[in-house]
Order: sequence, then C-alpha cells, then structure tokens
Amino acid sequence: MKFGVIVFPGSNCDRDVEMVTKGILNQPTRFIWHQDTDIDDLDVIVIPGGFSYGDYLRCGAIARFSNVMKSVMEHAKQGKYVLGICNGFQVLTESGLLPGALIRNRDLHFICDRVPLKVEQNQSVWTKNYQSQQILTLPIAHGEGRYYADDDTLKNLEDNQQILFRYVNSHGEITEDSNPNGSLHNIAGICNQQGNVLGMMPHPERAADQALKAIDGLALFQGLL
Amino acid sequence: MSQQYQCRIYVTLRPSVLDPAGTAVQSGLQQLGYSEVERVRVGKYIELTLRAEDEETAKQHLDQMCDQLLVNTVIENYSFELTPVA
Repeated sequence: MKFGVIVFPGSNCDRDVEMVTKGILNQPTRFIWHQDTDIDDLDVIVIPGGFSYGDYLRCGAIARFSNVMKSVMEHAKQGKYVLGICNGFQVLTESGLLPGALIRNRDLHFICDRVPLKVEQNQSVWTKNYQSQQILTLPIAHGEGRYYADDDTLKNLEDNQQILFRYVNSHGEITEDSNPNGSLHNIAGICNQQGNVLGMMPHPERAADQALKAIDGLALFQGLL
Repeated sequence: MSQQYQCRIYVTLRPSVLDPAGTAVQSGLQQLGYSEVERVRVGKYIELTLRAEDEETAKQHLDQMCDQLLVNTVIENYSFELTPVA
C-alpha cells in the first residue's frame, strides 16, 4: 500500500502519520504539497491534523479549494481510500466528501486529552482489525470537533452504519458526560456510504507506537494493508 | 460601465445549531447587570467591495461566493446588503 500525506500550510501531524505508515508499518509513504495534483500513484491519501491555512474563515474551508483537493475528490470517487484526521476530518466535511460539519466545542475550550471510544462496527476496512464494540483510548486535540448534522443526515448515518467511532465512558456507555465536545450522537468518526472515506477527530497516529505505551490506533492503519 | 459596490455580508448560525459563544456572551452581559438580555447569537460580518455591471449581477455573484466559500450552509445562514460607491 502506498500512502500519501497531504501537507497544507499549517498542517502539523503530517510527520506523525508518516512515522506510522513508513516508520512502523514499512509502507512507502510520500508527502504531497497542497499545490501538487498528481496523486495517481497512491493508494491511501491521509489528510492530517493541524491548522490548515490558519483555520481562517472556518476550519478546513480554505484547504478545500487547494489544488490537491480536486485530485483527492477524484481519488475518492474511484473508491480509493481517504483518511481525514482532526483538521483532515474538517476538510472532508467542508469539501462535501463527508456529510455534516464540525463546530466549536460545547464548552468553547480547546481539548487535549485521551478519551475512550467505542468501535461501533468492524465490517469496515478501517475497523476490521478491531472487535465490534471494542473500547479504545485515543488522543484528541481540537477546539472545533463538535459533530453537527441535521436530523435526516444523522438518521442516514445511523441506518447505514456509517458511524465507526463514538465517545463513550470507560464502561462503553454512550453518555453526555463522556462526550468531550458535545458532538451529536457522540460521534467521533464517520465514513461515507461507500466506506472508502473516513473522517475522525481522534488521532490514531498518535497512539500507534509501542514506545508511547499507546497503540490502540495502530490496528486502523494495519486494516488497510 | 461597471459600478463599484460596497457589500456587507452577515453570517449567522442556523437556529438549530447551538451557539456556546452566544451563551457565554449572554451570561457575561447578565453578570454585568443587563438582566433584560434574553438571547445572544454570535455571528460573522464580512465586508467586501466588488465591481459589477449592475446590482442584479453583483447580488448573483455574492450569492455564489457565499454558497461556495464564505458560508457553510450546513450550519450557517447569511444575508447581505450592498450599496453603490459613488
């Protein structure tokens, strides 16, 4: 599997992703500058976390119009894999590759923490190396991660089992207290209907190295191989 | 001959979207003693000038700009005013 990691001005998790895909999983990985358009050689595109274009206007709003995103849309249309983490998730909703939007956290604070998540189903390429209903702990670091969508969109996401990760408490219960940012339906990560595009606020790449004593994110990348 | 317009664009959160910033500002106002304040919603204001053949064209272009970039219609509504610059 050949990975490409997009680099926007303001991306700051690009190297963390490369560390996992290349450093740990030994997969060929290259960075893609936001002005490049030739990504035909790549199997998986990762849009990393950070603050693309300073988060001006809205998070992800400007990044969506960068040259590389036209190619990413095409890549996704062909059924190839696209993973958006944190700011990458925001870019995916802004670009319409995923439904809904990510808005200011309920309590207005930037949250940097490690939180429990539940894997809702493991029939997806992204979760096939997890157990369904497995509880993971992954880092989150965002100020605008509150998932919002209208009722019809939420119903579609639920009906089609597109919600892959939800914020839960340590017992796996979906509660308001375990919802760090106020996301509707405790949503932490969703895929598109075809399943080849995943967006998530938690950072699997920051929990994929034994040296960090946190490896719950590694299986997500391994599922792609 | 084209005309220059001064445009004022107001972006507001859709009523169905909770606005924690608005709630925080509201409680700040109430703590200052403005107990009459009942509801605060915080939005964005964008100013721009543009040239267009006529007002109708200017409005059309503004609508497109809002839909494509300035506004995320999943969570926001917008309105605008424009005045010709002499």
